[in-house]
Amino acid sequence: MSVNLKTRQVGDVSVVDVEGRITLGEGSSALRDTIRQLVANGQKKILLNLGDVSYIDSSGIGELVSGFTTVTNSGGQLKLLNLTKRVKDLLQITKLYTVFDIAESEASAVRSFT
Amino acid sequence: MEQYLDSTLDSVDKAEELVLGVAERAGFGEEELMKIGMAVRESMVNAVAHGNRYNRNKKVRFRVQRNGTKLTVRITDEGEGFDFGNLPDPVAPENLLRGSGRGIFLIRSFMDEVQLRQLDPGGTEITLTKYVTSQ
Repeated sequence: MSVNLKTRQVGDVSVVDVEGRITLGEGSSALRDTIRQLVANGQKKILLNLGDVSYIDSSGIGELVSGFTTVTNSGGQLKLLNLTKRVKDLLQITKLYTVFDIAESEASAVRSFT
Repeated sequence: MEQYLDSTLDSVDKAEELVLGVAERAGFGEEELMKIGMAVRESMVNAVAHGNRYNRNKKVRFRVQRNGTKLTVRITDEGEGFDFGNLPDPVAPENLLRGSGRGIFLIRSFMDEVQLRQLDPGGTEITLTKYVTSQ
């Protein structure tokens, strides 16, 4: 399996632990489905933990952006946690680093939701 | 090296694997290998998904050549082509939140030279070049 996503609740924040590759095909569609399901279930605070993401392509980056837009448009917040160097570099190249709210600690990320 | 690959996502993995083998032997470092691999993946996705539209009757021609410090990858599809002279800038503020359109931008960011060519009667060819520099 290219990607593994597990969702857990920390207070009222849904933390999605993403492991593996977010690339065109199974990886990006699994991420899309997970975010849409959370939004459909009324979740407003979503934290994507990308610490175990080994690879991401332009499709995966597009999925992060689409997820951000979906959550924001539903009145919620989507934040990113534990970026690997590769993901961080890609977000900087694509000028998305300042678009996302990015945290390095889960505790502070969870507290930062309003 | 030259191969004709099926229009499937498995071919994207295969092309990346093939180019990384050649690039590693050419002396590229880890960071450069990542960039080459990703540029080839993005180019292959364009060929397989957008060019050939996963059509099982269409192939992707994949060529890798090493000449001294120069690595050249050429990927050719049999699709209908696209207007690559008029691509939206994905880092322009008005495009930042688009869900797609970053592939060619990343390819150009990661390679030393990139050429796109529309073929007659059909198909698109992308040529990627990267030079080994002392690490």
